[in-house]
Amino acid sequence: MKHVLDSVESQFEMFQILNEDGKIVNKDAMPDLSDDDLKELMRRMVYTRILDQRSIALNRQGRLGFYAPTAGQEASQLGSQFALEKEDFILPGYRDVPQLVWHGLPLYQAFLFSRGHFHGNQMPEGLNAMSPQIIIGAQYTQTAGVALGMKKRGKKSVAVTYTGDGGTSQGDFYEGINFAGAYGAPAIFFVQNNYFAISVPVEKQTAAKTLAQKSVAAGIEGIQVDGMDVLAVYAATKDARDRAVEGAGPTLIETLTYRYGPHTMAGDDPTRYRTDDLDNEWEKKDPIIRFRKFLESKKLWSEEEENKVIEEAKDEIKKAIKKADEYPKQKVTDLISNMFEELPKNLQEQMEEYKEKESK
Amino acid sequence: MAQMTMVQAITDALRTELKKDENVLVFGEDVGQNGGVFRVTEGLQDEFGEDRVFDTPLAESGIGGLSLGLALQGFRPVPEIQFFGFVYEAMDAISGQIARTRYRSGGAHTAPVTIRSPFGGGVHTPELHADSLEGLIAQQPGIKVVIPSTPHDAKGLLIASIRDNDPVLFLEHLKLYRSFREEVSEEEYTIELGKADVKREGKDVTIISYGAMVHASLKAAEELEKNNIDAEVIDLRTVSPIDIDTIIESVQKTNRVVFVQEAQRQAGIASHVISEIQERAILHLEAPILRVAAPDTVYAFPQAEDLWLPDHKDIVEKVNQVINF
Repeated sequence: MKHVLDSVESQFEMFQILNEDGKIVNKDAMPDLSDDDLKELMRRMVYTRILDQRSIALNRQGRLGFYAPTAGQEASQLGSQFALEKEDFILPGYRDVPQLVWHGLPLYQAFLFSRGHFHGNQMPEGLNAMSPQIIIGAQYTQTAGVALGMKKRGKKSVAVTYTGDGGTSQGDFYEGINFAGAYGAPAIFFVQNNYFAISVPVEKQTAAKTLAQKSVAAGIEGIQVDGMDVLAVYAATKDARDRAVEGAGPTLIETLTYRYGPHTMAGDDPTRYRTDDLDNEWEKKDPIIRFRKFLESKKLWSEEEENKVIEEAKDEIKKAIKKADEYPKQKVTDLISNMFEELPKNLQEQMEEYKEKESK
Repeated sequence: MAQMTMVQAITDALRTELKKDENVLVFGEDVGQNGGVFRVTEGLQDEFGEDRVFDTPLAESGIGGLSLGLALQGFRPVPEIQFFGFVYEAMDAISGQIARTRYRSGGAHTAPVTIRSPFGGGVHTPELHADSLEGLIAQQPGIKVVIPSTPHDAKGLLIASIRDNDPVLFLEHLKLYRSFREEVSEEEYTIELGKADVKREGKDVTIISYGAMVHASLKAAEELEKNNIDAEVIDLRTVSPIDIDTIIESVQKTNRVVFVQEAQRQAGIASHVISEIQERAILHLEAPILRVAAPDTVYAFPQAEDLWLPDHKDIVEKVNQVINF
């Protein structure tokens, strides 16, 4: 009788390129990125950290709505998006607004999404993405469909989705990776394992030692990556993308990461379920600090440059908030008109009713 | 013209659309080589290839998500849920996702998905293979619910559903699949969604129904005619949205209404339609509107199923009550 669990689990080791000290520990895996690319990755991470800080502040001032903080997860989010092409289709979870922004979603629309205005979900022409999914895991089955559609169209592109550690407990998680595997569809499934699904720790979520090993059940490739190492995340995503467009099927990528903030700004209190020690331990692994060390050692980054990015981010955020403020308020008649291509009689009648109400 | 059962008419509609539009994809559990458990997709994989007509893994939520994803790539998916009792597994995909796609995205994305599924009862299946769950989806804004009662209607309505740029749930009554044949044109034709059909004209009472109960209603109308009661029978054909104009026109003529549904009393279409009638035409009514429906239990076990399901005798009884009120 052969039991396989130990041998499967031991195969899933964390893939890392850049360690906490900003030193390359896996030279062979170093991705082929130009100096400009490396600087751009840093720029995006710094910008996104500022976006997070400003979003939290705006939320506290009552100037933003639903917001899920992102600090700590920049390498996971942006390292993966950086490996994508414009034609790749992103199906994000609710915390994955930064990937959408860097894929082409105007910042003011990200703010409108947060404020609960449908224009925030209205992807501009040419932006291949869905708005952030609220139901945990639903985006996984949809990703299988987008990827199968790309395969049927003969496109050289991939469908990319994100969930968290909690998402891997959903039936849709298994159904999505299983469908994509069965069809050999070009998909990349991310699990950003930040160790807590709101408050429930990952060890209460599953008996599995890694979340990456769940790929084995679906017969697809899986890898566990240091999610605080932007180079490792980029390299793993690039590899998964290359294989997918060549017809090698989907990949499940687990990134080990941490959200410094609360689950959302709607009253979650992480001190109920996390210790300061744990927070401190993860902050030492910070993706921006280690990447800054790496870039400084290569003489590619300076405090001056970083300050320039911070100022640029603050300025653009300010302009985007202004634009969001100025955007026409949402009306019930807007909602009605978005229900069907042609309104049936009940909605036509309700449209008239609300047109009158709104004209008063 | 050919004589077709409803199964054949539906297959014909699928073939018509697979031929006409290369974006149409037909898929589900066992729909490929097996031709579906009711043989609705028989021969389609051989004719159109595995790229267009294909089996899925056995997971209804996955089928729903797959459909939406394919729609996002410009396809016109026609998935099958093998039995509509299995829809609980796909509720988020249908009501939480597909039905909301246009709305959620402000029209940036649409989901022209036609979900086909057998429903209804009377054929002694195991549990959750027969049920009348149309009310669950009819309650969800953003998706149309279409239920044909004849082979001719099935073909025209299914083609119209597939061509519709919004999602449609297309429910095929198990008992009607092979219960009779009728003339069905081999040409392509559509029947407008959201339009009811007066299946029998009459002046004394309006019987409103859909699906298999249309036939029980027509049988009841024949019985009633022997007693000089002239019943009008309206087949809703689309249960969401409701064709309220056709209903009100009939109510203004007959002044009496019986609503007939196979679903339980507490669940469904009757309550909604009756509310609409009383809001719009109460002064035309000479009697309360009565319902013929199944009792409010979970769907009947097969041994009690025939007693549990409403039949034409129940309809005759309720019609007599509204006539003699």
